[in-house]
Amino acid sequence: MINSDNSQLHSLPLSMREVTIAYHRKPVLWEVNLDIPTGKLVGLVGPNGAGKSTMLKAIMGLIPLLSGTVRIFGKPYAEVRDRVAYVPQRESVDWDFPASVLDVVLMGFYGRIGWFGRITRQHQQQAMEALDRVGMAEFAQRQISQLSGGQQQRTFLARALIQPADLFLLDEPFAAVDASTEQALVHIMRSLQQAGKTIIVVHHDLHTVPDYFDYLVLLNMRVVAAGPMETTFHRENLQKTYGGKLTILEQVSEAIRNREAP
Amino acid sequence: MNESLPPFQFYWELDGWIILAGILCAASASLLGSFLVLRRMSMLGDAISHAVLPGLAAAFLLTGSRQSSLMFIGAIVVGVLTSWLTQWTKQIGKVDEGAAIGVVFTGLFALGLVMIVRSADTVDLDPGCVLYGSIELTPLDRYRIGSWEIPRAVLTMAFVLVVNVVFVVTCYRQLKITSFDPALADSLGISSKVMHYLLAALVAMTAVASFESVGNILVVAMLIVPPAAAALLTERLSRMLVVSVVLGIVATIAGHFGAITVPRLWGYSSVSTAGGMTIAAGALLILTILFAPKTGLLSSVGKKWLWGVRVTGEDILALLYRQEERGEAGATAESLSKQLLLPRRNLWFYRWLLGIRNYVRVEKSDWKLTEKGRMAAQDLVRSHRLWENYFASEVGLTNEQLHPPAERLEHFTGSQIRKQLFEHGPSQEVDPHGKPIPPERDKSS
Amino acid sequence: MSWNELLLQVIRVITLQDYNTRMVMLGTGLLGAASGVIGVFLLLRKRALLGDAISHATLPGVCIAFLIGVASGGSGKSMPLLLSGAATTGLLGGLAILGLRQFRRIKEDAALGIVLSIFFGLGILLLTLIQQIPEGHAAGLEGFIYGKTASMVAEDAVLIASVTGCVLLVALLLYRPMQLLCFDEGYAASQGWPVFWLDGLLMSLVVAITIVGLQAVGLIMIIALLVVPAAASRFWTHQLPKMLPLSAALATFSCLVGATISALAPRVPSGAAIVLIAVATFLVSLFFGNVRGIYWSWRRHWRLRQSYDREHLLRDMYELVELEREQDKAGKLGPTDVSISIEVIEKHRQWSHGHMMRALYRLQLQGLMLFHDEGRARFTASGFKEAARLTYDHRLWELYLMKYADVDPLRVDRSADDTEHALDPEIMESLKVMLDKEWNGKVPPSPHPLESVPSEGGKR
Repeated sequence: MINSDNSQLHSLPLSMREVTIAYHRKPVLWEVNLDIPTGKLVGLVGPNGAGKSTMLKAIMGLIPLLSGTVRIFGKPYAEVRDRVAYVPQRESVDWDFPASVLDVVLMGFYGRIGWFGRITRQHQQQAMEALDRVGMAEFAQRQISQLSGGQQQRTFLARALIQPADLFLLDEPFAAVDASTEQALVHIMRSLQQAGKTIIVVHHDLHTVPDYFDYLVLLNMRVVAAGPMETTFHRENLQKTYGGKLTILEQVSEAIRNREAP
Repeated sequence: MNESLPPFQFYWELDGWIILAGILCAASASLLGSFLVLRRMSMLGDAISHAVLPGLAAAFLLTGSRQSSLMFIGAIVVGVLTSWLTQWTKQIGKVDEGAAIGVVFTGLFALGLVMIVRSADTVDLDPGCVLYGSIELTPLDRYRIGSWEIPRAVLTMAFVLVVNVVFVVTCYRQLKITSFDPALADSLGISSKVMHYLLAALVAMTAVASFESVGNILVVAMLIVPPAAAALLTERLSRMLVVSVVLGIVATIAGHFGAITVPRLWGYSSVSTAGGMTIAAGALLILTILFAPKTGLLSSVGKKWLWGVRVTGEDILALLYRQEERGEAGATAESLSKQLLLPRRNLWFYRWLLGIRNYVRVEKSDWKLTEKGRMAAQDLVRSHRLWENYFASEVGLTNEQLHPPAERLEHFTGSQIRKQLFEHGPSQEVDPHGKPIPPERDKSS
Repeated sequence: MSWNELLLQVIRVITLQDYNTRMVMLGTGLLGAASGVIGVFLLLRKRALLGDAISHATLPGVCIAFLIGVASGGSGKSMPLLLSGAATTGLLGGLAILGLRQFRRIKEDAALGIVLSIFFGLGILLLTLIQQIPEGHAAGLEGFIYGKTASMVAEDAVLIASVTGCVLLVALLLYRPMQLLCFDEGYAASQGWPVFWLDGLLMSLVVAITIVGLQAVGLIMIIALLVVPAAASRFWTHQLPKMLPLSAALATFSCLVGATISALAPRVPSGAAIVLIAVATFLVSLFFGNVRGIYWSWRRHWRLRQSYDREHLLRDMYELVELEREQDKAGKLGPTDVSISIEVIEKHRQWSHGHMMRALYRLQLQGLMLFHDEGRARFTASGFKEAARLTYDHRLWELYLMKYADVDPLRVDRSADDTEHALDPEIMESLKVMLDKEWNGKVPPSPHPLESVPSEGGKR
């Protein structure tokens, strides 16, 4: 590979080459090729079981790849872990766990302070700032089992915000949250984007896709289409992604019509 | 060690009854166990089989006898109680299910232990016996029916098996739907709770009936292991029930024979049959994990390997055929290795394989086709060239693109497909590269 | 035994005068502390019953180690050999559980049951083999299953103390990774924590506790010590840093009290006594734990229902008294003069007679109402005042609902009932400012005809 190519690869927050993943001998991702440019707010969209969450996990090396490579800022994930912040699905944890909101946010430091490091006052300060940013400062001491779905999601986002990351991976942050949380999350994502960060968001509500994101990846086992929202979000691509699921397509075509006729 | 071990003998009078008792126990346990495993209640089965101890102790203390009917009642009460206490702790106290089970069954077991030890003078109940059982003693305690003398344990277990079969047969649909989707079942008016407690009661009854003869741990093993293996083997509930019962019976027979024969190899006399049955069940599970047709670890590896061997063998035959076509004599191992990208050491295996199947003979390090090998190779080459014709005319591939797909497909092509290819393709006797297509062999000859 | 002797013995046990008692107390107490701490992590990792499977899985190891010891010419009862055998198969059992989990069709509970029963079956098989060896007398080995707390010697206590110390040290040093692992496995992995090895480490700690605990308190008991105190501690706190010492304390307490009871009462096995005390502490926690105890939530619920009943009864009375006084053209009836048949209220609220009488009795105790034997009740002066206040609030709320929330007047009473109990004084105050221009503190007339009320459906 020639040098200029290399330098361009370095600047790419995410680059996947021929990535294939199978669970129990059934392919989940199939020869995925994807390059995400810097500073985009990316919607990762596809039908249920299209491999969206799997793709995020593959990016972080949580699932063994059958073949292919994933590069983050030109390097394997293990080398640039600090530059990636991950927000798991809200349902992936038991919210009955004995911890306060602040405890959960402080968990974001564990990776950096290592096995025997200490949580300092400064860490707590930073955690409080992150909580303030997501509008949860007053709930810092609250037991997490008493949070609403939206508050849980905000807590998770705050935990990601304390990491000095350049790439954010969010798994279904909008699933079953209240409208005000949804707006707050979008607002924070936009401000992250303005600070030059790249954000990849797994999302399933096609209506809001064109409003929230400026870059779109359509996934259904393979990458059906990827590119800027204006050139990628159209009926043909969606039909390819969602196949025969006409009910969804009807809703979407309405969304497109609304968008095209302002 | 026993130096003067009597010669091995199988006594129908003894071993027959032991095996029968074991089979009855295995069948009744695996039948219920399938539902426990499906409902993710396996550990509740373990808990119930431990927790029946205080029920038994209470029944003894109340009556001072080991009457079966009272023991059953005590066991059923405690079984339902265990299940209910677990549910209650889980729901009311919001305790994790595993922890709830742990609290309830250890508490009840300890209670039973204290009851037994405190009244050791009046009660003849050895907690060790509950854990290990002594199936070997079943034939000794007999009950007379007419002119028949039948061991008591066999009678009890037969009764339990009948009850379990009747329950599963009559409540099959209710059990199925409550195991699959409790919410749906409730909305259809089938109470998942009732089924849950009925199952718990029967598990307790099975446990208490078998505890004397085969012991607690064997019941747990038979409740969980055969159904878990059956779940790997079948996709349907009805088949799973049958398969798990069959596996349980096989484990019993193999376990008993193993227990009375294998230790003799080292000069010991027989060991615990219950232990043997458990090990046999475990061995069956391991075999299933390795060789189950769809999910087995080795079966997929094995299939892939066999397929690879077949493809390579056929490639060798086709290569030799083409060389004959060009008028070259045989091929050396070296040239084969080079052309097929096959390591030299692997060729020994194929030389042996193709040799014993009489496809290839090797004369002075030259590999040559036999008559049989030539016929097989002829089919392959014909398939290959027909496919090339087909791709060239129907798909429109260029000459350079033709080889790879044809190479892959030739291994899958039988005479039927060749006939279709011949009829649909361009009717010519040469392939796109100008090589002649060998004629179809006359199968009747 | 006379009372005097018993008292003396109690004092001797409690003051640890016996060497033997000291050892037992020290050993079991430390064991309790360690298993309490590890139990919390197991519970939060949702693997509470892992201890069950692993402790059963140690039996074949003990037997194999014994056989190896005999085969190599020893007596086979060397403690390090037996313990390492137990540790080996215990770990193997744990790994087998992790391995079985890889199969989609074998769920975690089945994996536990499979490992537990097969390993234990193997152990039993080997035990019957050992019984045939002349030097075998498996009696010593059986101690591994039932425990031999009473005969604990200094050597055992030292072993327990050192293992416990190591376990506690590891648990404290790795507190944070363990917390992360238990809460959010996926995130822990994304942060580069070796999740598999942390799980393995947790399992090793369980194995360590199990093998020293087995011979001290027995198999069932060590399972209980790993599960019960941890589950009990959850009822007292929402914070992991507090849960860990609490669980350790509860476990130690159970061990000490259990061992004391067993030392005093003849023929109570110490293991069983310890489990029963642990279960008793669990029950106390379940009911009275200050964070999650069900007694408190029951009481809260009960109090809330009482206050609803009180409000409903006072308001219904008020409305009925109001009607009576309107019909009294002469205007001579004072608010405390009218007596109302309680059957009317019973029907309106669809209460049972007992429910009605209990509510009425409580109001009478508070001095708000008087009940006559003919099934009629009337207000006291303070009762009428309180009822008027409640009715005022209620009607303001009804007016608000009708004005701003588009509710059909005939449905208004019910929807007001459902929401107003959640109202705090602040909202009431703003309602007053918004609506109470005409009424000026007096109770406004009901916005819907009162006659329609008794026919209203719905359950209370």
